[in-house]
Amino acid sequence: MSSVSRPLLQVQDLHAAFATPNGLVPAVDGVSFSLSAGKTLGLVGESGCGKTVTALTILRLLPEATSHYRGQVWFAGQELLSLPTADIRTIRGNRIAMIFQEPMTALNPVLTIGEQISEVLRLHRGLSRAAAWEEAGRSLLQVGIADPASRLSQYPHQLSGGLRQRALIAMALVCRPQLVIADEPTTALDVTIQAQILALLAELQAGLNMALLLISHNLGVVAQITDRVAVMYAGRLVETAGTVQLFAQPRHPYTRGLLASVPKLNFHSAPDPLQAIPGQVPSLGEIPPGCPFQPRCPRAFSSCNQPPPWFQVGPEHQVACWLYAPGGNYA
Amino acid sequence: MPRGEIMPEPLLEARGLSKVFATTGAWTRRLHVAAVTDVSLQLYPGETLGLVGESGCGKSTLGRLLLALIPPSAGEVWFAGHNLSALPPAQLRRLRQKMQIVFQDPYSSLNPRMTIRQILEEPFIIHGLGNRADRREWTVTLLREVGLAEEALHRYPHEFSGGQRQRLGIARALALKPQLIVADEPVSALDVSVQAQVLHLFNELKGRLGLTYLFISHDLSVISYVSDRIAVMYLGRIVELAPRQHYARPGLHPYTEALLEAVPVPDPAYRRPVPRLQGDPPSPIHIPPGCPFHPRCPEAETICREIVPEFRQVAPDHWLSCHRR
Repeated sequence: MSSVSRPLLQVQDLHAAFATPNGLVPAVDGVSFSLSAGKTLGLVGESGCGKTVTALTILRLLPEATSHYRGQVWFAGQELLSLPTADIRTIRGNRIAMIFQEPMTALNPVLTIGEQISEVLRLHRGLSRAAAWEEAGRSLLQVGIADPASRLSQYPHQLSGGLRQRALIAMALVCRPQLVIADEPTTALDVTIQAQILALLAELQAGLNMALLLISHNLGVVAQITDRVAVMYAGRLVETAGTVQLFAQPRHPYTRGLLASVPKLNFHSAPDPLQAIPGQVPSLGEIPPGCPFQPRCPRAFSSCNQPPPWFQVGPEHQVACWLYAPGGNYA
Repeated sequence: MPRGEIMPEPLLEARGLSKVFATTGAWTRRLHVAAVTDVSLQLYPGETLGLVGESGCGKSTLGRLLLALIPPSAGEVWFAGHNLSALPPAQLRRLRQKMQIVFQDPYSSLNPRMTIRQILEEPFIIHGLGNRADRREWTVTLLREVGLAEEALHRYPHEFSGGQRQRLGIARALALKPQLIVADEPVSALDVSVQAQVLHLFNELKGRLGLTYLFISHDLSVISYVSDRIAVMYLGRIVELAPRQHYARPGLHPYTEALLEAVPVPDPAYRRPVPRLQGDPPSPIHIPPGCPFHPRCPEAETICREIVPEFRQVAPDHWLSCHRR
């Protein structure tokens, strides 16, 4: 993070684990990153790598009874993980908002859109019923929903997928949060709707100077709207870099494999053969010791039995891979 | 393209195919959903035809119509010289061996209470092929064909990962040595690193076994990777059909253009144009008059609101339906 002010969000050595009949299963294992106001960080990885659990831990949304977490999450000078529950409630939905993947399940089916958005305003801003309703209407206009007056009194099932996701974004942004966590915000949507929602998110984020943590498995989406990217595999971060740098010079064998396994939109020549990564993502609880990617890595060698530390490979570009150890002849 | 100078007979042909579903409800008026409208296309031996479109456009319904899994409301499907809707049931059943389907969700398409051996033997039993020993041998061969070991035979679907289950779904489809495979979103439920493995498998099997694919997907990048020809579907109609390379050229249907522009490109230097399409596709219950795309089309004119554009040939092998092209 460059000079001047302290980052808005600083996650330090975050761990999260779930209690199961077979013992504690780690889901997030020592994740650290930071995010400044007005910036977008992409958290990328395949299903089950711990992206969503990371977000839920930051917001303290994991079920307390069955989950364990440790580490530090600094947000605007406060450490969230040690905050009393009452205090975290004043931050959640207010200064930090979350946009979920599935707009149908994230909205309450028995409340109208207007009731759901004004509830946020009445809770966090103490607005009257009428004032909150009016403000909710303005928030719908802001996310490009025409005719907000009638949409406010509709139920989620009366809206299309794209409109629901817009309503969810309106609800997240209505208190002007400093940080928005968007967990696969466009995954459930068709490409033409996805393009609209991504353009909207980027525009709102710049306009409101919000920090955006974008969680996605889609490298195309990440390339288009993030400033930095953190790549996650089996509960750990394996590489972080500026977005341009990461796509131009991916260093970790997993990042390289991931980029090479995505089919490119190409109608010109014969398609380049895809480079598949052999094997599959390890399930939680079966994560190998040492480097978690070692069993699938084409370049694994003896050092990989030890967990790799971070190595600096460029300005603001770190990679957790023994290939880049100083003095190593692989880098 | 597998086509030489002489046009071979198509393996599969749809002629004016339509499907209308009626909604049922005790209290509401019966509504009619036009899922597929007037689709004509050919599938030639050895080619992969990619069928792309957004959710609800009728891709899967078309796939099921082509396999005669559901009867059409109008039109005909011809497979290897037979009109499927006119065929006696016994003959249709025999013909089904040659046309198989791979489903999207590898979790719900395999019976959780059957072992892999039972799942893979079932096609042989249904069609009365082979004795116990033959079937045993064939299932082992099938597993090898899709890159799985023989020990899988005695396990249950839940013991396999998503990618492995999709391999099993493919093995089952291959059991009766089909000529045609309809793959309905076969990699959509898989992670990217595993998706590449399964796409490899499809390509390799096609080359080795001389298969013909109808490959259905909402993902244009995947479609551009696997297809020889591509059909674009919107609100139940094919709006464009052309060889893969044509999609790099100008003069495409406005919907195809918008679809291509909307695909997120994994390149941070790429400056995305302002999204061309606003709003959502209309519901297939209320299909707009004229060109079904006109309410969202940036180029729509008066004629587009009134007359359904003809599906016509604009260049050799390139068909589209648009008044403006």
